[in-house]
Amino acid sequence: MAEPLLELRALHKSFGGLRVTDGVSLEVMQGEIHALIGPNGAGKTTLLHQVSGTLAPDAGRIMLGGRDVTHLPMARRARLGLARSFQITSILPGFPVLENAALAVQARRGSSFRFFGRASREAALNAEALAALAEVGLEGRADAPAAALSHGEKRQLELAIALAMAPRVLLLDEPLAGTGPEEAERLVRLLSGLRARYGVLLVEHDMQAVFALADRISVLAEGRVIATGTPAEIRADAAVRAAYLGEDGA
Amino acid sequence: MSGAPGRAERLVPWLVFAGLAAAPFIGFGEGHALTLLARAMIFGMAAVALMLLVGGAGLVSLGHAAMLGMGAYAVVVLDHAGIVEAWIVFPAGILAGAVFALVTGAVAIRTSGVHFIMITLAFGQMAFFTTSSLAIYGGDDGYTLFGRTEVLGARWLEDRLVFHFVCLGLLAGCWALVEALLGSRFGRVLRATRDNETRARALGFEPWPYRLAAYVIAGAIGGLAGVLLANATEFVAPAYLAWQRSGDLLFMVILGGLAGPHGALVGALAFVLVEEWLSHLWQHWRLIFGPLLILCVFFLRGGIVGLLRRG
Ligand SMILES: Nc1ncnc2c1ncn2[C@@H]1O[C@H](COP(=O)(O)OP(=O)(O)OP(=O)(O)O)[C@@H](O)[C@H]1O
Ligand SMILES: [Mg+2]
Repeated sequence: MAEPLLELRALHKSFGGLRVTDGVSLEVMQGEIHALIGPNGAGKTTLLHQVSGTLAPDAGRIMLGGRDVTHLPMARRARLGLARSFQITSILPGFPVLENAALAVQARRGSSFRFFGRASREAALNAEALAALAEVGLEGRADAPAAALSHGEKRQLELAIALAMAPRVLLLDEPLAGTGPEEAERLVRLLSGLRARYGVLLVEHDMQAVFALADRISVLAEGRVIATGTPAEIRADAAVRAAYLGEDGA
Repeated sequence: MSGAPGRAERLVPWLVFAGLAAAPFIGFGEGHALTLLARAMIFGMAAVALMLLVGGAGLVSLGHAAMLGMGAYAVVVLDHAGIVEAWIVFPAGILAGAVFALVTGAVAIRTSGVHFIMITLAFGQMAFFTTSSLAIYGGDDGYTLFGRTEVLGARWLEDRLVFHFVCLGLLAGCWALVEALLGSRFGRVLRATRDNETRARALGFEPWPYRLAAYVIAGAIGGLAGVLLANATEFVAPAYLAWQRSGDLLFMVILGGLAGPHGALVGALAFVLVEEWLSHLWQHWRLIFGPLLILCVFFLRGGIVGLLRRG
């Protein structure tokens, strides 16, 4: 089997006495959507924080493309090909929509220590940014101030920014939350099409979407992975039903 | 602070420059008026530099007067050594501001918010007390220059009109520089780190190199303004570095509006002119000036130039 694109090895993280990540190991392969599900407070976002570099794990390792990135700052991990969409929308509200994505393109296209020439008029950056907006269906809002977007549109922009980074690994924290049913359907189709280009670690509460998209699912409960398997295996798992799916009625 | 400047607002800097260029010929040509305008333009330059930090990078510095002080004391040190050539004095002043900014900025940039305000204030006070203790340069009493800086031996800057246009040219140059910087790739990253630092990091931008570069550029422009300030008054004293001066500069930037460097231009002009006008009106003018500034901050959310924008 090929080397995993992203590999978490026995990660531990506690907040005071609360164990939020308790020996989590999992892998994301190239071309795979690995979904992470679990009840509220299971520690999914905290896990993504450790992968992206927002939080440092207490113990364990994070490997990106075979390279140990456990102690690298967030910006370095991003430059190594790790893109993140946040559960709590994190865009540049003072920038036009297009420039949100264009800055993501700029980050991987030449030096940003260029002091002259209007960045907002760089056609090459804008073209790629517009393509990323088009993928999420936001190209019609390119010139709007990002702060003026609706909640759902901000979620789309969040995803477009991640795509514009052209990463190797995508960390998506509830990309469908807050989008309408039509948008959700569109995004599911989009994510499904993206699979080949990236490895995706997807946190999502929409079970229909998860079971439609995921190649593999890991179930997190109280900071521990209680099951990993194909969607069919997860559906059949008794422990999972008890811990999660039962409550959700899915 | 958000939203692109409209057409009317884009005219602002050009109107300011045109007004300043015409001023000597439409009744503001005598000594006192030109002295006042030179002062406004010099503080305008420093304010434009400070705007790069406050409006561009979100770094609120309360030590910017020290940058002017470095430029002004570079003139003093060279004057004391008998060097008055502009091609040496100006680069030296700019370098002094930039080096001071690099050294203090390397420390200050590690902090943010209130801590950044306090540490820049502390560095400013250190510079203030250092200059106060330099007995050979007059200590607290200051240092009177032998004369203005010369250009290849010619004493052009002694001419008030020439000096006026030198200040105007350099002010326009600094404005254009900061305007270009903010729109460039560099400036876009800088603005992103202010807008949402986490997002900037998640995109792969470590904020500190951009912030430090902006701090050094602002220091260099501050140094240039300091050289001009020394020449305008032909006198340099530690009071030039006082924290009150840094506060004034910060007020100019906020008063004018943070939408762009043109706000700082307008803010500096308004500040210096209103200050002058009030000081003639009443000897306790500071009693009105302070509250007036506070009212401006509360009611002119986008600053003076923000009035040109609806909604
Ligand atoms: N900075 C923190 N300090 C203390 N406790 C925290 C902190 N961040 C998260 N927690 C706690 O850790 C637990 C896991 O939180 P986390 O946000 O990772 O859950 P989640 O699985 O993403 O939940 P949700 O599905 O609601 O998004 C929760 O009990 C939360 O209260
Ligand atoms: Mg969460």
